[in-house]
Amino acid sequence: MTFALALHIALAGMMLGLAAWTIAARETFAAVVGFVVYGLFLALVWVRLDALDVALAEAAIGGGLNGLLLLGAAARLRAAEAPADAERPGASLRLLAALLSATVAAALAAAVLLLPEPAPTLAPAAAANAAATGLANPVTNVLMAFRAMDTMLEKVVLLLAVVGVWSIAPDHFWGGRPGVRHQADPQGTLAFLARVLTPFGIVVGIYLSWTGASHPGGAFQGATILAAMWLLIMMAGLADTPPMNARRLRLMLIAGPAVFLLVGLGGLAFGAAFLAYPAAYAKPLILAIEAAMVLTVAITLGLLVAGPPERSAAP
Amino acid sequence: MALDIVTIVAVSAGAFFFLAGTVGLLRFPDTLTRLHALTKADNLGVGLVALGLLPRAGSLSGGLKLICVWLLVLLASATVSQLIARAARDSGPLP
Repeated sequence: MTFALALHIALAGMMLGLAAWTIAARETFAAVVGFVVYGLFLALVWVRLDALDVALAEAAIGGGLNGLLLLGAAARLRAAEAPADAERPGASLRLLAALLSATVAAALAAAVLLLPEPAPTLAPAAAANAAATGLANPVTNVLMAFRAMDTMLEKVVLLLAVVGVWSIAPDHFWGGRPGVRHQADPQGTLAFLARVLTPFGIVVGIYLSWTGASHPGGAFQGATILAAMWLLIMMAGLADTPPMNARRLRLMLIAGPAVFLLVGLGGLAFGAAFLAYPAAYAKPLILAIEAAMVLTVAITLGLLVAGPPERSAAP
Repeated sequence: MALDIVTIVAVSAGAFFFLAGTVGLLRFPDTLTRLHALTKADNLGVGLVALGLLPRAGSLSGGLKLICVWLLVLLASATVSQLIARAARDSGPLP
C-alpha cells in the first residue's frame, strides 16, 4: 500500500467519522463545531483531488463563513434548546429519517460509482478554448465565460438571500442596523487583532481575487476573506454595522449583478448573444465584472452574518 | 541531503508537538491548562513544520509565504487563546 493511498483512506475515514459525530452530537454548538472541522477536512480532500479552487472556496465558505452563520444560529437557539430537546420525535420517525438519508446517500454513491469509464467531461473542450478569454485559470474561464450565466444567477441568488434575511426584521426596525452593537474593549485583545490582521486580510483577499485569472483563487474566495475582515472589525466594536437603508450600501449590494447584467446586455446589443464578450475585450470585461463581484459578495456575506435589522439606524 | 535531514527532524518535531498538544487537550483537567497544551501545538508545532518545509520552498517568495503563514497562525492563536481564557474566567470561578 502506497503512502498516498494510506493517506486517502485515513482522510476518508476521518470524514466519515466526523460526519457521524456531527449528526450524533446532542448539543447544537458541538454539532456546529463538528461541521466546521468537517468543512476544513473536506477542503483537504479537494486539495488531494487537485481541485485547489474548490478547496479554497470550501475552506473559506464551508469551514469559515458557514460555521460563523451556524454558530450565530446556535447562540440564538440556546434558550430554546432544552424545550426542543424534550419533544424529540419518536424512535420510528427518527428511524424513517435515517432510512431516507441513507437511501439518498446510497443513490448518490451509486450514481458516482456507476459513471462510465472515463467519466463524461467537458474539461478538454474548456482547455481547448482557453485562449478565447486570455485567462490562464480554466476554472475562472468556466465560471466567468463558458458558464457565465450560472455565475450571474448565483449572484442574484445571494442578493435574494440578503433580502430574505432583511425581510424578517420587525416593522419598526426596517431600515435599521443589523444585529447588536458589539461592545469590546477598544484597547483589548480583539480590537488589537482587528487592527493588526485587517490590513493583511485585505491584501490577501484582493490578491486572491486578482490571481484567480491565472491561478487558483477567484472573486468568491477573495471576497469571503474581505467579508471576514469586515466582520472582525464589527465584532471588535471598531465600527458599527451599517444601517440597511444606506444608499451606498445598497448600491454596493447590486454592483456585481448590475455590472454582470450590463455586460450581458452589451453582448446582446453589440455581439453575438447575451453575455457574449467581444474577443478583444474579453479579459478587461471579465476583470471588471470580477471587481464588482468581489465588492458585492464581500458586502453580501458580511450582511448575511450580521443578520436582520434589530435596532434603529441612529447609532 | 543535509537539508533533507533538517526537514525530517523539524517536521517530525513539529508533529510531536501536535501530538503532545492534542493529548494535553484531551487529558488536561480544566480550560486554562487545555489552552496551554493547545498553544504549544500551534506555536511550536506549526513553527517547526514551517521551518522544516523552508528548504523545500523552492523560491524566496514561497519561503516568505511559509513564514507569513506561521506568523499569522501565531497572531491568531495567541489572540484566540487570550479571548477563550478571558471568557472562561468571566463565566465561572477558576477551578
